[in-house]
Amino acid sequence: MEKILQVKDLELSFHTFAGEVKAIRGVSFDLNKGETLAIVGESGSGKSVTTKSIMRLLPESSSEFKNGEILFNGKDLTKLPDKEMQKIRGKEISMIFQDPMTSLNPTMTIGKQVMEPILKHQKVSKPKAKEVAIELLKMVGIPNAENRFKMYPHQFSGGQRQRIVIAIALACNPKVLIADEPTTALDVTIQAQILELMKDIQKKVDTSIIFITHDLGVVANVADRVAVMYGGRIVEVGTVDEIFYNPQHPYTWGLLSSMPSMDLMEEKLYAIPGTPPDLLNPPTGDAFAPRSEYALKIDLEQAPPFFKVSETHYAATWLLHPNAPKVDPPQTIIERMKTFRGSRYYEEATGGDS
Amino acid sequence: MAEKLLEVKNLKQYFNEGKSSEVRAIDGISFDIYRGETFGLVGESGCGKSTTGRTIIRLYDATDGEVLYDGVSVHANKSKSEVKELNQKMQMIFQDPYASLNPRMKVLDIIAEGLDIHGLVKNAKERKQKVVELLETVGLNKEHADRYPHEFSGGQRQRIGIARALAVNPEFIIADEPISALDVSIQAQVVNLLRDLQKEKGLTYLFIAHDLSMVKYISDRIGVMYFGKLVELAPADELYKNPLHPYTKSLLSAIPLPDPIYERSRVRQPYDPKKHHYGENEKIEFREVTPGHFVLCSEKEFKEMKAQVQ
Repeated sequence: MEKILQVKDLELSFHTFAGEVKAIRGVSFDLNKGETLAIVGESGSGKSVTTKSIMRLLPESSSEFKNGEILFNGKDLTKLPDKEMQKIRGKEISMIFQDPMTSLNPTMTIGKQVMEPILKHQKVSKPKAKEVAIELLKMVGIPNAENRFKMYPHQFSGGQRQRIVIAIALACNPKVLIADEPTTALDVTIQAQILELMKDIQKKVDTSIIFITHDLGVVANVADRVAVMYGGRIVEVGTVDEIFYNPQHPYTWGLLSSMPSMDLMEEKLYAIPGTPPDLLNPPTGDAFAPRSEYALKIDLEQAPPFFKVSETHYAATWLLHPNAPKVDPPQTIIERMKTFRGSRYYEEATGGDS
Repeated sequence: MAEKLLEVKNLKQYFNEGKSSEVRAIDGISFDIYRGETFGLVGESGCGKSTTGRTIIRLYDATDGEVLYDGVSVHANKSKSEVKELNQKMQMIFQDPYASLNPRMKVLDIIAEGLDIHGLVKNAKERKQKVVELLETVGLNKEHADRYPHEFSGGQRQRIGIARALAVNPEFIIADEPISALDVSIQAQVVNLLRDLQKEKGLTYLFIAHDLSMVKYISDRIGVMYFGKLVELAPADELYKNPLHPYTKSLLSAIPLPDPIYERSRVRQPYDPKKHHYGENEKIEFREVTPGHFVLCSEKEFKEMKAQVQ
């Protein structure tokens, strides 16, 4: 498979009055052509910062790349001069933001806003750009696009605005589309429509998508592969089935079991205790260890490396070390896994265990 | 069944009434909430669910209809002391923990505001002690009392909002999307806290949300709203197992579940209100299809649903 984007050992810090916040502490992942990679994690886990650093949207006065590289088309985006970056941003890599209410300019007609990237990045005349823009608006499902071209964002509903934002992001047929919680602000029915739209468009224009969300239902719906982030690091990465049916990291267990399921009626919902780590003073070992009941002594002393589970599945937890004590995931999770058709725990529970 | 704590009778809330810009945010809804239960109210944004909550607690005056709390009308003319009495029994937790706490007040004063208004504490020492107790109830500690809201995370702020609502020992709490601004793992913490408090203090909740999976988890009965009308009302399990109104079906079919194999086969059913083909003199009413399961439907649809259930 062709790798379109490679992030290697990325480390990034913010300089604040309180000190250096190590927001990303060694993140590596690849994005393959035509796939959707979901990045999940709590707020503050570094998922948005990672993608903003790919787009170079972070303030240069306070953020600093400490290490690592972001390879795109053979170029390292972390070292590219601003002028070069402007040619990539919005053309080859573009972004859909979380809040469609604030990511459109309220004083500009939506037509102008869709035309903007076309005029900026492609050498076309204005009438031609308008034609392309109307085509795009039709593609994302804005009815009556010709007449609505001259309308302002406030004349559209939230779902329609997000469609317009998607049209702008797609204007130059980007190779990589970064979607930062694109449906979090929307209702479930509108969310379903937007997700269907994104999948359709992906098939049509063959773009790769990085999808950031904390909604595991959405992940199950859109993703081919999933990366779970915690405390500025990726703790587990695998195909969507591997992450949902055979999770290895205690944090992934926690995330999966804090979602209420539709068929199970537990007395108490599992809640991950405590709060995310303070990245001003990041913990030395596994950042999740203080909140994990499965933490081993070594977790507090040394950060775990990635252990291979399968060709596509890696998890950073000492539990996978050959010398680690064998633990079962919490009962609630095994129970939950049993309801998942195709889960490995399901087979183990009915088969070999005696 | 248990005793009725709150009765909503044909409640209407029109904004800009009589003008061309009239909005019928709530268009004649009726339901009861029993003592000690959690009643979930779901629907998309703009369906009137938050307006319903706000009208019940008298943040808005109702256009028409009645809300009876323990047999007493909420919207009738009242003396100041009667309003105060009602306000002590009914409290609200707001959606946005960032906007609902005054940034210039210390947590101590935010939580104690209700205590002061209702004269529930005698002196500063008792006031502080009560606030510390409340903070501990919601999983914070006494050091937090002298801080300002900006020093807290979203989940912690929502806990402060809960402590403030609990301060005056209410019986009934309206929680308007209390968890939608929070992270998944923090959502679970807050939902568990609400459940524990309910058991401990015998609280009754009206839980307003658009996240159906969480609503199902916390609620005993659920009402589904669509464009100012209640279209279906049933016990939580029943609603998920046997949704009858096409809108409820559509809403349920739109929820993505954390199960990739299920997701690959999930088919979303769009809802089109035109599909009902209501005749002009057909009466569209709230009818009880199975015991406790109400659906807004016409006589003809009612018979079809009855047949379908059996």
